[in-house]
Amino acid sequence: MISAKQVFKRARENNAVFYSASVLLAIALVAIITPLISVNEYLTTDFDRILHAPELAAMHLFGTDDLGRDLLVRTMMGIKVTMVVAIVASIVSLVIGVLYGAIAGYVGGRVDAVMMRIVDTLYALPFIFFVILLMVVFERNFLLIFVAIGAINWLDMARIVRGQTISLREREFVQAARLTGVSTWRIITRHIAPNLIGVVVVYVTLTIPQAILVESFLSFLGLGIQEPRTSLGALVSNGVNQLESAWWMLLIPGGLLAVILMCFNFLGDGLRDFFDARQSS
Amino acid sequence: MSLLRIDSLGVRYGEEVAVVNLSFSVDAGESVGLVGESGSGKTQTAMAILGLLPRNASVSGSIVFDGDELQGASEKQLDKIRAQRISIVFQDPMLALNPYLRIGDQISRVLIAHGMGNRQHAAARTLEMLKSVGLPDPGRQSQAYPHQLSGGMRQRAMIASALITEPDLLIADEPTTALDVTVQAQILDLLDAIRKNTALLLITHDLGIVAGRCERMLVLEKGNLIESGTTRALFQAPQQEHTKAMLAAAPRLAQSDLPASNSDEILVNVDGAAVSYVEPGHGQLHAVRDVDLQLKRGETLAIVGESGSGKSSLVRAILGLIPTRAGTVTYCGKKLPADARARAAKTRRDLQLVFQDPIGSLNPQMRVIDIIREPLHVHEKKLSRGDGKQRVEEMLREVGLGDGFLERFPHELSGGQAQRVAIARALILKPRVLVCDEAVAALDGSVREQILFLLRQIQQASGLSILFISHDLGVVRSIGHRVLVMYLGRMMELSSNTELFERPRHPYTRALIDAVPVPDPDRQRPPLPLGGEVPSILSPPSGCAFHPRCAYAISRCENTLPEKRVLGAVTVACHRAEELDL
Repeated sequence: MISAKQVFKRARENNAVFYSASVLLAIALVAIITPLISVNEYLTTDFDRILHAPELAAMHLFGTDDLGRDLLVRTMMGIKVTMVVAIVASIVSLVIGVLYGAIAGYVGGRVDAVMMRIVDTLYALPFIFFVILLMVVFERNFLLIFVAIGAINWLDMARIVRGQTISLREREFVQAARLTGVSTWRIITRHIAPNLIGVVVVYVTLTIPQAILVESFLSFLGLGIQEPRTSLGALVSNGVNQLESAWWMLLIPGGLLAVILMCFNFLGDGLRDFFDARQSS
Repeated sequence: MSLLRIDSLGVRYGEEVAVVNLSFSVDAGESVGLVGESGSGKTQTAMAILGLLPRNASVSGSIVFDGDELQGASEKQLDKIRAQRISIVFQDPMLALNPYLRIGDQISRVLIAHGMGNRQHAAARTLEMLKSVGLPDPGRQSQAYPHQLSGGMRQRAMIASALITEPDLLIADEPTTALDVTVQAQILDLLDAIRKNTALLLITHDLGIVAGRCERMLVLEKGNLIESGTTRALFQAPQQEHTKAMLAAAPRLAQSDLPASNSDEILVNVDGAAVSYVEPGHGQLHAVRDVDLQLKRGETLAIVGESGSGKSSLVRAILGLIPTRAGTVTYCGKKLPADARARAAKTRRDLQLVFQDPIGSLNPQMRVIDIIREPLHVHEKKLSRGDGKQRVEEMLREVGLGDGFLERFPHELSGGQAQRVAIARALILKPRVLVCDEAVAALDGSVREQILFLLRQIQQASGLSILFISHDLGVVRSIGHRVLVMYLGRMMELSSNTELFERPRHPYTRALIDAVPVPDPDRQRPPLPLGGEVPSILSPPSGCAFHPRCAYAISRCENTLPEKRVLGAVTVACHRAEELDL
């Protein structure tokens, strides 16, 4: 593995990676710090200023919503929730997808066929139906969103990893390990998995925006985060309802959501170049 | 006036220098060899002449072709020169030909694109050209797609496509490296015979190819022209150390200074081994049929054959990487189970393999120390970390690498260094048998010699037995105590090193020996040693598999499979082994 210092140096040379990572980091920091120093709470209503436009003097930098709650604090909370959902969902899909795909690809034969048919079957399930089913069977809760999003994303990941694994399995260094008597588990963890990192990292950064969009979509439908807590998706959904009277309720969280999505997409594209360069050098 | 004059040509990629201050000229009709090891800048030079270098290359100096400056010329100007006046034949015809176009179409397109004839005329000219490059049944073959032709036939088509415009200069960049040895000679002879007034710039790493084929030669080393002159003078009295080293490393069949092995203990015994695969749409593919061999302690048994001979399948079956269909493999008198997973830990650690591609056989994400230590991790679990590291260090020194290599990654190694690491990994468990599958085929001449020397040294010191697969008889001459010659999955001849090279018993062996390009410009090249190409393994010929190409074939060869005959110390599968004097 390359050292953290080298990674930083290489990342610095790659503009797309560097700037998008910096912007994301800055947004995350602001989202964490702002609620701590703000005079407003995400729950308290300012009865004097309902649907108040952004104004510094009124201590509502992003304005207030239809219940008089400070939109700055709520937006920051939304960013935190959205990012946590996205990252946790991606980790869930990463762990399940990589292991599932690597095992199917490496073992091959009948095991592979059965495992991949299961993936196909899951693909065929309509996503919304699946989420509603989960909501009905279990209580509505925050955790379910992770499960629902992760459960969808890992399917793609498993397919990609399986394809890569099949090509790696035929490589001579894997044959050499097999011949020495290295166990299947060790071959997967030591020889296959590390060589998948390039593809996987890139794919994960591309699934994050996907997870964010799915969460926003669910919140928009009212199936996601529940009041009084909020996410960027839920804020946008609210904003749409108040579009005629309060533009800031839609444009501010919507704009931030767009910036975050773009950053993750740039990061993914940048990382792909980054790992390609490493492989060719 | 010279046809092509290159003056202080330089090619750079940022900091990296590919060609430095290179000046030479080629006269009309002349043949010049451009010789160098990998990374010497020979292909870069060819690409510079044709203006085909990638954008990030910075080129300096001048390239004058027949009075026109090509360096810095526009694509439009170059298009008038390329293909019409300067053509190129690449190393791999499979990559150079468009897989979606019929052979005939893509050759006649060259003429049409350059306004040298209409469709009808071009088609007629193409047929004529295909005939003159020796494509059998050109009418039918011109309708074939590239993948339907054999490697040699594809390269013939490529040559036809390059010469159809009757260019003034033909650049051949390693034209035979991707081909079998017996086909290599045919293609080189064809190039000689067909080019007429076309000058030839032959780029190669193999001095044997230049000898007797080029009037002059140029030797490149790391982008510098270090020596040039007539081929004969350079071979007789090379001035530069590098040229001398390259000449010394070139294959010579004359002598072998291989120390004898004198043990009769049989380690591996293969009896009637057969390997087959199921090929979708073709049924059974018999890669190996009825092969016997014995490997004694401390000896090297070389297995020689062209592509499709089944040599790799045979050793993979011995190693248990693929199952055998018939026959037995015994190790130290004990029959081995066919499947690798069923092998006992003991036999598995006693038989180790070194692959052809040195870099590809090392995990790119692991450091050298972890790569070499992995077998210990599996088979000697009790070994402490410190002791393990010590063993790795000792092993590295044994294969001629210092401790400085411990922390490196494979991409930081040269081909030769990587192959040493692979050998170290194979030897760390102190196996009794080492299998080398084309282990030196991907290496440059001098590096190849070093690796062969290392293997012999280790064998001397430890009594290791080696199964050495190669397509190159020159290599086999210097390492194999005994040699097994295979063709289309069958054994042709099994003989001792001296016996095989001095008195081959099988016509195929004789043909293989004749096909080796020997670096001696005065050698009378034997007439075309072997016609035709290796047939597809999917439909092997009846009777003796070699009969369609054999100059000595009689009707019996066509009908009946020759049994294995023992003539003294030689086993040979040929009906006429006793009567023929090859």
